[in-house]
Formats: sequence, structure tokens, C-alpha cells
Amino acid sequence: MLMASEKENAEDENLGEAGSMNRSGAGSEQGACAGGSVPSASAMPGDSRFPIVSRQDFSDATYLLEVRHPMMARAARPGQFVIVLHREQGERIPLTIADFDREKGTVTLVIQAVGKTTREMQRACVVGSSLFGLVGPMGHPTHIGDERKVVCVGGGLGVAPVFPQLRAFKENGAHVIGVIGFRSKPLIFWEEKFRAYCDELILCTDDGSAGLKGFVTDGLKQALERHPDVDQVVAVGPPVMMKACAEVTRPRGVKTSVSLNPIMVDGTGMCGGCRVSIGGHMKFACVDGPDFDAHEVDFDELMKRQRLFVEHERRALHGWLQKTNNLPA
Amino acid sequence: MTPRTIKTIPKERTPMPEQPAAERRCNFSAVALGYTLENARNESARCLVCDDPKCVSGCPVQVNIPAFIQKISEGDYRGAYDVLSADNLLPAICGRVCPQENQCEGVCTVGVRLEPVAVGRLERWVGDMAIEKGWANTPHIEPCGFRVGIIGSGPAGVACAADLARAGCEVVIYEALHAPGGVLRYGIPEFRLPNSVVDAEIEKLKDLGVKIECNTLVGRLFTIGQMIGEMGFDAVFIGTGAGAPRFMGIPGESLGGVMSANELLTRCNLMSAGKFPEFDTPLNLGRHVVVIGAGNTAMDAMRVSLRLGAAKVSCVYRRSEAECPARLEELHHAREEGVEFHWLTAPVEILGDDQGNVRGLRNIRMELGEPDASGRRSPVPVEGSEHDFEADMVVFAIGTKANPIIGQTSNIRLNKRGYIATDENLATSLAGVFAGGDIVTGAATVIQAMGAGRKAASGIKAYLGIVDTDSVYAPEPAAEDRVFGMAPEQKKPGRVRLDSTWQEASHGTE
Repeated sequence: MLMASEKENAEDENLGEAGSMNRSGAGSEQGACAGGSVPSASAMPGDSRFPIVSRQDFSDATYLLEVRHPMMARAARPGQFVIVLHREQGERIPLTIADFDREKGTVTLVIQAVGKTTREMQRACVVGSSLFGLVGPMGHPTHIGDERKVVCVGGGLGVAPVFPQLRAFKENGAHVIGVIGFRSKPLIFWEEKFRAYCDELILCTDDGSAGLKGFVTDGLKQALERHPDVDQVVAVGPPVMMKACAEVTRPRGVKTSVSLNPIMVDGTGMCGGCRVSIGGHMKFACVDGPDFDAHEVDFDELMKRQRLFVEHERRALHGWLQKTNNLPA
Repeated sequence: MTPRTIKTIPKERTPMPEQPAAERRCNFSAVALGYTLENARNESARCLVCDDPKCVSGCPVQVNIPAFIQKISEGDYRGAYDVLSADNLLPAICGRVCPQENQCEGVCTVGVRLEPVAVGRLERWVGDMAIEKGWANTPHIEPCGFRVGIIGSGPAGVACAADLARAGCEVVIYEALHAPGGVLRYGIPEFRLPNSVVDAEIEKLKDLGVKIECNTLVGRLFTIGQMIGEMGFDAVFIGTGAGAPRFMGIPGESLGGVMSANELLTRCNLMSAGKFPEFDTPLNLGRHVVVIGAGNTAMDAMRVSLRLGAAKVSCVYRRSEAECPARLEELHHAREEGVEFHWLTAPVEILGDDQGNVRGLRNIRMELGEPDASGRRSPVPVEGSEHDFEADMVVFAIGTKANPIIGQTSNIRLNKRGYIATDENLATSLAGVFAGGDIVTGAATVIQAMGAGRKAASGIKAYLGIVDTDSVYAPEPAAEDRVFGMAPEQKKPGRVRLDSTWQEASHGTE
């Protein structure tokens, strides 16, 4: 199912620029929904169940899909995720909700095309097409409490999923410091969107082509040095990045939450594929998370489990590239 | 015709035609091929049509078993279906998956002296024939104005929906996965219960006017409180199943190659991982698969592994064969297909290689001690009896625990094991909310879940004040002059006729 290898491939490339899907975490309110008529999960009758109403390409690999689903847009809370099945023979992949618009009735997903499924979606998911399956919001929403000063760290594709949490902290009155990282300047997206909700924004690029030269951990260190009174850090990105962030905050004793992105099939607590070790206890990321205390997470185990299907993913991608004439036979 | 007696009927039950073990272990086609007409006629002649049919009380939904078998005997197959479908919406499914040896067949009078009548096989034969011939007993339903929301499209939800739809309720089933059927779809494999049979039975539900909304995770997309409140449901039934797989807490459970039977079966049955890469969902199947547990799910996991190409499949169970909880037929089939059974053996550690993958399983031998709370003799480890198996895949099939989502998203009362607490009518602590099936009892069987769904439907009808609890009307116009096997003169007149003023008064201005 989920593209373990995709995340993995991305991770290999670079700390900051990875992970096609991350979920963030969050609170406990319930979603709202339409009154009156018996609601339908499908946004439209017939087979265009979950229509894609807009799309934006940030780079060759990174794209944004805005999907019409008014009920989900009403129910979604920061930190929650969805499972997408883009066609009937496809695989169910978890994706963190990168944004939601209750007025327009849409949810936004930001996807990095690295494996077969995400590349196929990059090609197929044009405006006017629709997703075969879309379920969510899933997982506990991020708990937005009385934190006064918060650092939200998003690395690569973790940038998009950390946004709803960052916005929620800001709207709750916290002083919000954003730290977002990309490999280089052309890959930057949503900078303005972040600035609109950040009291401070530390932009990092690996090659120094924009902002601070370095990884998001460098940006995080800078933020913590400037603000010794930070009471919460949220880090979303590939496991290797979240692990590095946890090690930055651990000696400083700053509460840190991460959004875990293990392999999942159903996303409803049924398969147990997403089991993670938290403080030595087995948890299912889909129903117990996806947010966990970063200092309790066994990241090495998570990274190992994400590689379980690397070989299959390689085969699937290779076969697909050949079939679509992107590779010589 | 002279009445049948135990002395005059055929002594042995008619064997089920089966695909040979050597062939079937390499394919996903049905193992039990189903009775032929001749088989069914022969077997139906073994039923004594007792005055006090024990089988009926042995059935969780009280199917009128002697009556439908009698119809087969008389050559009135449609009549047999009419009788059967009055109590059981899913005969083709139940005939395949019910543990008949503990239910109808377990208490069959013939079974006291001879082999019991093969009720399940006959039920399946009738159910399959109905699908093939397109028979359906879709009654004319008088809307009663109530709306009921059902959470989960597994056997409990489907049975509850059918009864409520027949009582005139507008029923919507919400299913979290992208296809309906619950455990019938993701759990039970194709060779035991083809998806085409599940599809056909679910079509019948739609014919009753039931709407099924997939891709809907109740609790997260909307809550039960919202269903009863702003969404305008008069009652809700929770049939979400138990679902959450158990692990043992032994070392090595996070190694590559370790998974729950639910994951293995979901990848294979729901997502067609066996057809990778034509289908995108992968499955890393081992060469030597060890399955822990010996229930029906364990048997399914083992037999799926064989069919996907495992060279060797072993079963590890801490009790003895006598305590094996699987249906006899499943155990028998698994053995025929070459599964190796290790009774009185309990895993203590999963051994990993330096790549983090499974390389074996360390076990300890057990012996049976005193009976425990369940009445089964509890296994006790034999000191110093540790031994290792080589294996590159370990599958846990040791049961499930309660799925937490409904509990997380409502203030419904749970019992101390995390299952939903109900009263004897399956009403929960929330007004208008009922629950049944595995989410109430813990893991059980398909037919028990269906029984619970039907019981909850009765409870809901009583709660809503639907005066007639089985308000089935004659088809309009009466296509075949009968409803559920009743001849026109037996047909009771239409019962609940709700006039519009009553509906408005009781149901607001919707």
C-alpha cells in the first residue's frame, strides 16, 4: 500500500526535501456537518465522486490538488489525514490534509511524485477528473492548547501538512515561529501563506540559494536560541528530519510533537500495519496518532518499517515508467 | 408417503463436491463447489421434519430450517428460497461461513444417531440458486417516515438494515472502506466466499431501498451526536466490528515480515495484492509463513499464504487440536492443503536477521492444565522446552480488540474491555443509539453478528414505536402471488398504515 519507498527515496535525497506524506496531529473537537438532508460522502452523484477542482504545480515533482468534499472540509481539523485511492486498482495512500476551506467546501493535498502511485496521480489528476476513493478526516486532530510560543517546523513536503497546525496556533493567540526548509530556491512554495500567519519565519535551503543555508534543524536551533521561552515545537516531515528535530529539543527539554507517517492500508485501526513504538508501547498511528511525543518515538524502527516495500515499489515504478514510455524497455 | 424415520433416511450425509487439494492450493477458486441438484435432493431427504425442530432454536436468526428443506424435497426450490429469505437475508453467505456444527447441525435430531443433516450446504445451494436465477423477495414497503443511520456494512449492519428497510424506515449505511461488506469483503477470502456472492447479496439490500455510502468514517467525518442531531436520524445502529488486531507483546513484533492476519487478508482480499503489479498494493509474502492462532481467521491467513505461493505454511497454537476454535471444515481443508500444525506450542520471541527481517520463531511447548474461565483447559508452559522454527514471515491471528474510533468521538459508555456497553435490547447509553456484533461482544461469527443486527433492528423498531415489527406488504402488484412463502389467503392484511398527519406530528416538518 502506501509508498514506503517513495518516502524513503525522497528521504535519501535530503533531509529537508522529502516525505510525500506526513500527517500532523491535533485536538479533540468533532467535525461539523451539513444539517437537513441525509448527507452523502460523495460530492457529486455518479462516478465523479471526489472531483478535483484546482491544481497547482510547485515544481516538476510537487503538486497541489484541491478536492471538493464539503463535509470533509467542515469536519477537518489541523493534523488530520485522509486516505486516497485514486483509481479502483490503485493503492490506498495516506496524505495529510494540507489545508481546508469550509466556505468553498474543499480540502487541499500536497503531493510529491516519487513512486508509481504519486507519479500516476501527477499525470492523471487534472482539474475535472476525480478520485475514486477519499476517506477522512482520520486520526486525532492536533491538540491546540494554551501554548504561548510555538515553533512549527516543516521540512520539504512536511511544509504543507504543518500549515494547518501553525495557523491554528496563531489563531489561538500563540506567538508562532515558522521554520520551513527546501532543497533550493526553485522548490520553495507557500512562503507568503506562511508569512501571513507567522510572527517570524525562518526559511532554510540546503544550498543557501534562499534564506538560511542549512537544514530545518539549523533553523530550529536558531529559533530556540532566540526564544528560550518556547513551550512547544511541532515538527512535520520525513522521519529522519523529525528525529533530528527531536534531538535538537531533547537536551533543551522542550515539548515536541511529531506527525508520524508509517505504512497504512485501511487507516481505521483494522490492519495494524502502521504500528509504531512510543515509549516502548505499540501504538497504531492511524487511530492513536498521528501526533506523538517526539521524545518517545522509536524513529529507527519507523524508518525500517517504511522500507518494507521498497523492492515492490521499485518494481512498480519501473514497470510503469516502461509502460508509459519514460524508460527504455 | 410413509413418514421418514431415522431408519429409512440415508445414513451418510451427501458429501460436498470439492476442488482437489493439490489443485486448489494454487488458486483462489472456490474450494467447496456447492451441491448439485441431485446432491441437494438426496440430502434434503435426510431431514426428519421434526415437530420440535431443535435446529431452528440452534440458529441465531431462527431460520425455519425444516420448512425450507421440505420445500427442496418437494422440488419447490423457489418456495425454499421464500422460506429461507424470510429470516436470512444472506443465505449464500451464511451457508458458506456459519459454524453450523455449533449451531443448527450441532443440535440436529438426526445427528444424535447419524451424521446431522447438512443444513449449511443446503442453505448455500438455495442461496446460490436464487442469485443465479435472479430471485428476490422485494416487498412493497410502506414508508414509515423514520430515518435510521447504520455504521458499518458488515453482517451486523446489513442484517439490521434489511429488517429496518422492510419496516419502512429510510436506511443509510455508512462504510469506511471504499467497498461494502465489511469482514465479508476484506476478511473472508475469495475461495471461501467469492466477492461476487457478497455483491449479489448487497444488491438485494439496495433493492429494499437501502443506501450505502462508502468512504465514510463515522466519528471523524461526522459524529453519532450529529447523526441524531443535525443530520436528522431517528436512530443509529453501530455495527463497526471489533477489528483492531491483537499482537502478543513478544520481542520482534516490529520486524519486517511480521503482520496481523487482518493486514494480510485486507491486502489480499480487498486490495488484490495477489495481482500486484496489475493492482498497486504489494505484499511481501514469505517462503515459510508461520501463523499464530487457530481460529477461522488463522485458517484463512494460512490458506491465502499457500495460494499466494508460500512454500511452507505452519500453524502455531498454544492449546490442543480439541480446543481449536476454527470451523471443522476450515481445519480439515487447511490440513488437506498441506498446512503443518503445531499444537500446544506458544511463541515467545520472533527472531530477526541483521536486516531487521524475520528469520525464525522461538516457541515453547505447552501442556494443558486446569480449565480456565472459558471452560477450556488452560495451557501451561513446559519448562526448558524452547525450540526454534525457521520462518521468514509471521502472521498474528490471535483475535481482535475493540476499534477505538467510536469511543474516541462520542461519550458512549464502553465496558472495561473497550467494547460498547448495551442492555439486553442492544440499546447503548445514548438515546436512540443501538449497537451489535463484534463491537459489543468481541470477535464472533458472521451469523452471530447478523443475529445481533436483527435483534437491534427489533429494538430500534420498538424504540421508534413502529407498531408492527414485521410490516411486510404484498408486492404491488403481486408478481408471484406470495410473500415470503405465504399463499395469498395466508397473507395478513396490510398492517401499519401511517396517515400523513401522524407522521407530521411525530416527525416534525421534514
